[in-house]
Amino acid sequence: MNELAVILLGFFGGAVGGLVGVGGGVLFVPALAIFMGQSQLEAEASSLVAIVLVALAGTWRQLGYGNVRLRDAAVIGVLSPLGVVAGTVLANNVSERALEVAFACLVLFFAAQLLRRSFSEPAPGETR
Amino acid sequence: MSGQPPRSGPRLLKLAFIATLAGAFSGLFGVGGGTVIVPLLVMWFGYSEHVATGTSLAAIVLIGLFAAIAHGAYGNVDIPKAMLVGVPAVGGIVAGTALQQRLSGRTVSLLFAGLLVSVAIKLLID
Repeated sequence: MNELAVILLGFFGGAVGGLVGVGGGVLFVPALAIFMGQSQLEAEASSLVAIVLVALAGTWRQLGYGNVRLRDAAVIGVLSPLGVVAGTVLANNVSERALEVAFACLVLFFAAQLLRRSFSEPAPGETR
Repeated sequence: MSGQPPRSGPRLLKLAFIATLAGAFSGLFGVGGGTVIVPLLVMWFGYSEHVATGTSLAAIVLIGLFAAIAHGAYGNVDIPKAMLVGVPAVGGIVAGTALQQRLSGRTVSLLFAGLLVSVAIKLLID
């Protein structure tokens, strides 16, 4: 039953990732933490592997639609390790509860961003 | 240098800023960082929403990989559980990108926002 919930949330997280260009981790992390009994930190770590798969598939699809600027994407990716290491070290050195609360704030921020975007689009979905 | 495009310096700086911020989000929260990449590409470079989402996903391949390696070094990555959520998600993203080409996504965004709020409440209450 819990596995089913994780599979459904995974599918939905991937679908939203395709729609709004994120990896879906904002849903994978709570799915793993709530239904698979992982700690917040373990769920975050495992979520990243799922994100790589999703981003690969998403990039492949988006390339077909001509929506990827590979050069800018590569520059962002290649320059990311400094931030990645800082974030990872921090995640491993704060309390589980602090990480949970901070993550919940990120989730709320993301929800607000989605709401703002969906209400401010003048002609939603129009292919530009 | 006079032959250089005047905006390439600031452009690279901005990309480096996006990369560092997204990387920090990724390492700290186990996400890809698209939450910061997409709006900044739209705001700073005038990307359309669709190109911003596509480019963000491509950047996340590398960011997610680096962050997975970093967290792996701490021994916290559980591959079978990652697959349980990741494999269905691949099906989801293929469906999602196809939908994006013909849908507004507004309904999905609203649904997702509602789901996120409940997730946040669950995290805060537990």
